Amino acid sequence: MSTDGSFGEYGGQYVPEALMPAIEELSDAYERYVLENEDGFRDELSERLTDFGGRPTPLGRADQLSERYDREVYLKREDLLHGGAHKLNNALGQVLLAKYMGKERIIAETGAGQHGTATAMAAAHLNMPCEIYMGETDIARQRPNVFRMRTNGATVTPVTTGRGTLKEAISETMRDWAATVEDTHYIIGSIVGPHPFPAMVRDFHAVISEEAREQMLETAGQLPDAVLACAGGGSNTMGMFQQFRDDDGVELYAVEAGGSSLSVDEDAGVAPNSATLSTGDEGVLHGARTKVLQDGDGQIMESHSVSAGLDYAGVGPELAEMVDRGRVQAVNVDDDAALAAFHRLAREEGVIPALETAHAFGYLEQHHDELGEVVVLNVSGRGDKDLETVIEETQSRDLDVGPTMDLFRDLGGHTAGEDR
Amino acid sequence: MSLDAAFDDPAFVPYLAVGDPSYEQSLRYVEALADGGADAIELGLPFSEPIAEGSTIQSAIVRALEAGMTPGRYFEFVAELDVDVPLVCMTYYNLVYQYGSEAGPRPFVERAAEVGIGGFVIPDLPAEEAAPLREACDEFGLDLVFIVAPTTEGERLDRMHEFVSGYVYVQARLGTTGAREEVSEYTERSLARIADWDVPKAVGFGIKTGDHAERIVSAGADGVIVGSALVDIVAEGHENDDPTGVVAERLERKARELKRGAVRGLGETAPGQ
Repeated sequence: MSTDGSFGEYGGQYVPEALMPAIEELSDAYERYVLENEDGFRDELSERLTDFGGRPTPLGRADQLSERYDREVYLKREDLLHGGAHKLNNALGQVLLAKYMGKERIIAETGAGQHGTATAMAAAHLNMPCEIYMGETDIARQRPNVFRMRTNGATVTPVTTGRGTLKEAISETMRDWAATVEDTHYIIGSIVGPHPFPAMVRDFHAVISEEAREQMLETAGQLPDAVLACAGGGSNTMGMFQQFRDDDGVELYAVEAGGSSLSVDEDAGVAPNSATLSTGDEGVLHGARTKVLQDGDGQIMESHSVSAGLDYAGVGPELAEMVDRGRVQAVNVDDDAALAAFHRLAREEGVIPALETAHAFGYLEQHHDELGEVVVLNVSGRGDKDLETVIEETQSRDLDVGPTMDLFRDLGGHTAGEDR
Repeated sequence: MSLDAAFDDPAFVPYLAVGDPSYEQSLRYVEALADGGADAIELGLPFSEPIAEGSTIQSAIVRALEAGMTPGRYFEFVAELDVDVPLVCMTYYNLVYQYGSEAGPRPFVERAAEVGIGGFVIPDLPAEEAAPLREACDEFGLDLVFIVAPTTEGERLDRMHEFVSGYVYVQARLGTTGAREEVSEYTERSLARIADWDVPKAVGFGIKTGDHAERIVSAGADGVIVGSALVDIVAEGHENDDPTGVVAERLERKARELKRGAVRGLGETAPGQ
């Protein structure tokens, strides 16, 4: 990365002038506290990630999957981090940074609600007022996370523009920030947005691969041949890749949401997928030049995925650059494969993954033959939040992979699938 | 037409989203603003992610996009428009960057120059990223307006001063666009910071009435930029299904009020009144 925040041709700072001073202030704070550990910032963060967050998270061998695929399969368990997803690494880092910067209020956007819940927890932990912007569509499909944020004392503000998902939530949070920039810090939830966010969020999540690399050497006695992580905006992805990027023998796979189809409907402005790395092209969105899902004119498309956390029309500029350079393989699996993988991991290994995470396991199922002898996957989050969606989607698709809901029917109770 | 020509007397610079609520109505509305005394007009080219806009203009952009507005149609619109004042294209950088077959802003600027656009305001393009667009504007003789925010100071001001031409857009307060009752205290301080710049200073964000416009000009501005208060008139007409002519009349009346206010700010009466 260069000092101006560019990754090859990607990155930069495409934001309204009103935000530029705040972004310069943040760049300065990032360099001093995060990169140079001024005032012991890194030490305090590391302590809090241990005492409050539960780091380090374990890495273990998945015995049934190893047998199923005839290779060594290891799981890095970010689902066991406090809050149930990797998101706390960044949220806690940025709330703490906001405190060091003397800010008095936190705002954040959220898609699936994982970043929102992590931010709400971190803000409560560090005693900072917190407001979370969330698209109304996502609020409807991620109710448990909305309750969690509110229980932590955060204000959850619905965003009603557009399709009401992550893209609109980011735009709305940027608007809030433009009005409140003097005392407010915006905690962006992925490696997207203007510099320094992509580099800073990556650095906060790099602890995932710092641990995983060491744990692989201890547990497996070697580095993996392949590292897999799901990719929406790309924060767990870059966190999981960061310490392996210089290991030439380690292939890195970013598994995107193929949704229901990789084709696009230009007239309707809809891409029924979120496979930005695989199918997007260069554009400017939310403060950065990166790959985006857009029509021929440059209007941003509405993305889709069964997983709210991957449902985004952009992607981190650094990840886009690593894909162009060939260091990262951009691959994708569709909604059905992700749902099947969700049930498989739950049944075979006793781990209920987030639907986002399930995409990485869908790719493992389909392409394990190409992945070498030793594979490690990042379990970026746990799937409790997705159970309602999974039950509905599984039954509506007649997928022969999940538990049947006959039990409820026999008891005369209500089931999500009874209209089938 | 060169933009600074608009600022011979205190200027009224309206904004509308092109294509809101339809191509034909929008043509009438823009012409009504010119008839009402607009000295230059900012024509918004709708982008799907307008991060600098408040809810009023966001809704206008959604209406325009739903009615089929595209960059191609926008340029047809500007070519067809029958007004005699400088026209400024206000949009977001991705549309500028994607237009035409070659990557970069040049094809967009070339086409804009062809249809009679005099300059650009691109809210998500700070001076740091503006060199390619500035270069294309120089090649085709167009102006590039920058927004000075209440938070813009020091080196950032200098950098912007180097790039700016046509006029400088002084953002009256923090936040997004939208009509407000109060004239911000930020305005005077912002104007003072750029008092020695040799481009006209137009103040925007939150100006709603002729009295606002008067106060802004008496605080030292060379003109006022008004968007949301006009878009509100378009939105209301659309919601109530009012005839296009009636809405156009309301816009023309509002334009006169704002122009008169601006001129009053200099202690004169508007010409022709």
